Amino acid sequence: MFPSIWHALADPWGQAIDRRAFLEVCLLGVSGGVLGCWIVFYNLSYSAESLAHALLPGLVLAALVGIPLIVGGAIGVLAAGLAIAAAARVPAIGRDTAVAVVVTAMFGLGALLALSPATPPGLGELLFGDILGVGDGDIVAAAVLVIVVLVALRVMHEQLLVVAFDRLNARALGVRPGLVDALLLVLVALALLIAVQGLGNLLVVAVLVGPAACARALTHRMGPMMAMAAAVAVLAGCGGIYLSYYAGTAAGASIAATIVGVFCATRLVRVVV
Amino acid sequence: MTMLTVSGLSAGYDGRPVLRDVDFVVEPGQRVGVLGPNGGGKTTLFRVLLGELSPLAGAVSAPTRIGVVPQTERSRLDFPVSALDVALMGTISTLPWWRRPSRADRRRAEEALAAVGLSDLAHTTFGDLSGGQRQRVLVARSLVQDAPVIVLDEPYTGVDAPSAELLDALLAKLAADGRALLIATHDVGQTRHWERVLCLNRRQIAFGRPEQVLTTDVLEATYGGAVVELPDHRVVLPPHHH
Repeated sequence: MFPSIWHALADPWGQAIDRRAFLEVCLLGVSGGVLGCWIVFYNLSYSAESLAHALLPGLVLAALVGIPLIVGGAIGVLAAGLAIAAAARVPAIGRDTAVAVVVTAMFGLGALLALSPATPPGLGELLFGDILGVGDGDIVAAAVLVIVVLVALRVMHEQLLVVAFDRLNARALGVRPGLVDALLLVLVALALLIAVQGLGNLLVVAVLVGPAACARALTHRMGPMMAMAAAVAVLAGCGGIYLSYYAGTAAGASIAATIVGVFCATRLVRVVV
Repeated sequence: MTMLTVSGLSAGYDGRPVLRDVDFVVEPGQRVGVLGPNGGGKTTLFRVLLGELSPLAGAVSAPTRIGVVPQTERSRLDFPVSALDVALMGTISTLPWWRRPSRADRRRAEEALAAVGLSDLAHTTFGDLSGGQRQRVLVARSLVQDAPVIVLDEPYTGVDAPSAELLDALLAKLAADGRALLIATHDVGQTRHWERVLCLNRRQIAFGRPEQVLTTDVLEATYGGAVVELPDHRVVLPPHHH
């Protein structure tokens, strides 16, 4: 029995494509899990999902023009950020509505571009990801992301804590909430830009929000919560690849489904215990 | 020697003043009870003192660091921080942005928690503490800030009688150590024991020693309605001001 289990676990590792996919989900899991804890506590889950959708027209344009997807995605995020900032300044609109209007418009524009005859095939990968298609460059980008996210969150840890805990009095404690918010959003945008290529425009937010939501249900301290969220993201990511390998399902969707499954299980544990 | 000087202050939002003609001076060791109805300008005054709001007119001369003890209901009670983590937040204003609190800073935070009688609960989650304990943790945070002036926004709200007594003793000790405290409260009787009282109702109604300020006329002007004075010096305010 044990040899067969071992073979089942080892089989996917025999192929270079799957090894790269495992490495990519581990790297994205660490950065997404840790960053996700702050996304959850800053109530940025909707913003993160919106930013991910806002990437689409930039990604499609990049594919059309033939420039790196990461450049197109960055342009998309920047355009969405500026449009949201401008719309949010109109008192009759407000921030929440501005996000919804701009993101819907951006996503609609992306869909229009994706459906145009000039668009090359394979743009479904932008929506649902292609974790099995990641190259060495994607893995290097994910590794750099891990370093940037961990260093930035370590340096900003106290400031992030103060603003999340006591936003109204943060200035009196020597912290500028606007600056902390902006830096956190930059990290979120960076994480989305790099993770979207593997996990897809529609599913990427699962790795940012799901593991952190699981960890929040199980721990009461920030440090253990971040470690647990990273572990959940890595394990669920790898679990998703196994699921995809043996069930023949799409890898990105399998990873998202595994994370959702773990989340439901942790909620159940929380209710029962 | 003065710790805090406010002269000719007007403050408000979008250019419209909600508080005007505020003039007072606070010296070290003074507890100042800040009385006024909801919307009377207490929070606006505190926001100006804390540098969150620029005055529309007048000036404030204050130390660089002013500690703040907000109402605990306004803090995130679901946030995964311990009492020690909250006390440590007081170190940030004394550190460059790239430096994390050192062991010495951590020791200072532990000492501050000991000073407010919460050593045993240093590792308890903030949201699990009682209202009075949470207030004392926030006082510890301002002690770690080493702030010579501390503003407290209705610290007795939601605090049971034994905790209120502990808080009272703690504030008396802070004043005895030379700190100046501005304490927003609705409890007129309590302010009789403090060194100064400031009455606000969209403007400064009065400032001075409690025995000079706490007259029926001043309180009626402050609260905009008839107040009832009980024989034991307690005052019953118009109901909508609680």
